[in-house]
Amino acid sequence: MERVNLQDSDPDFIQALDSSYFIGGFRGCYICGTCTAGCPVHRAHRDYDPLRIMRMLVLGLREELLRGDMIWLCSDCYTCQENCPMGVKITDIINHLKNLATLEKNIPLGVSTQGKLLKDQGKIYIIDDFDNKKRAKLGLPWLPEMVGEAKALLKKE
Amino acid sequence: MKYSLFLGCTIPARSRNYELSARAIASRLDLEFIDIEDFSCCGFPLEASDEMGAILLGARNLCLAEEKGLDVCALCSACASMLTKTAYHLNGDERLREQVNKELSRIGKEYKGIIKVKHFARIVLEDIGLERIKEEIKRDLSGLKVATHYGCHYLKPSYIYEGFDDPQEPLTLEQILEAVGVTNIQYRRKKECCGGPVLLSDEDVALTVAQEKLRYVKKAGADCMNLVCPFCSLMFDANQKGIEAKFESAFTIPVLYLPQIIGLAMGLSRKELGLNLNVVSTRELESTLEVY
Repeated sequence: MERVNLQDSDPDFIQALDSSYFIGGFRGCYICGTCTAGCPVHRAHRDYDPLRIMRMLVLGLREELLRGDMIWLCSDCYTCQENCPMGVKITDIINHLKNLATLEKNIPLGVSTQGKLLKDQGKIYIIDDFDNKKRAKLGLPWLPEMVGEAKALLKKE
Repeated sequence: MKYSLFLGCTIPARSRNYELSARAIASRLDLEFIDIEDFSCCGFPLEASDEMGAILLGARNLCLAEEKGLDVCALCSACASMLTKTAYHLNGDERLREQVNKELSRIGKEYKGIIKVKHFARIVLEDIGLERIKEEIKRDLSGLKVATHYGCHYLKPSYIYEGFDDPQEPLTLEQILEAVGVTNIQYRRKKECCGGPVLLSDEDVALTVAQEKLRYVKKAGADCMNLVCPFCSLMFDANQKGIEAKFESAFTIPVLYLPQIIGLAMGLSRKELGLNLNVVSTRELESTLEVY
């Protein structure tokens, strides 16, 4: 494992995250490792390590966190967050880091494609005539193809 | 009881067996669903890349239900979680609410915070009640050994769910199954994730996570799995063949949605419950239970 270079630390990064209503309080982490011990993704893929993410965060290693692919392996299962003895909102924090990585254009193709679909049609799958015929056959109600109002709402002014 | 039915994206397009069976049992248990055609995606798939966009989508959906004066029933656990989380944050954070309402005003909407969101299984337990379900039981399922997969967002993050069930020791889905007469089977890693959300960033990792659970379900001798989320179903049912090939193993475990199992106990047919739409065949299980 590579050594951590503290020259890369970005104190402003930690400051901004720690004052956020949604995800503040991560400085309470005392490195017990409960998060990683219970993580199902870690068991399948040892490189993925929520404790390491938390330490990188506390050390302000912004670039490494947001440019790497580690955060995108989180399955959003909330096991670490529910298990954390200090109540650190680990999963919510990792999700926020994914948002920040997106701003840096570090986002898996599948995730960005879903985002585009939603902004274009308001849902992931279009329900076309073909689908509605299938639905009708099963006695299920008709649904519109897409939701235009959702598109209008997501459009940045 | 009346609820607006929130289908989300995946269920009406890909998991019609879930929708069909939920509607089928609801209509027999005095639970009336009102369809709101204009519901969009819940916002969950946007959460990783655009948290604010996700909350906006969630808030708009809540507004539509508020206009009808109806609480929301979500079938998908990710939808239930996203909509509950949206309401939680909007109700607790004045500044966020103002910001969101400013955006909503562009489409003539305002979030008021007057309705509740519940997962379908929670409605079965809290609104319909187990006693009411027991009155409708027509088929003996005591020979059916079921491994329940709770999944993640049905119960987590727990801070949004006001103490409903306990993610460390979940019970609710098995309480329902006990009432309908099946035999609940315990297995290792019961509480764990299906791996689904990782599918978009690393398929190998996602399938490895799902495979681990299937292995323990098989080892415990379950006849089928029980779940309440279309993403979990995608991993265990739709992807089961692929997982078998990738890991050179054989599972052949039918994966049923909770209302399909409840419906079986209520004496409903294969077609009424959409069992013909399940990917892993449920035929053997049906013939044992004499389902036609």
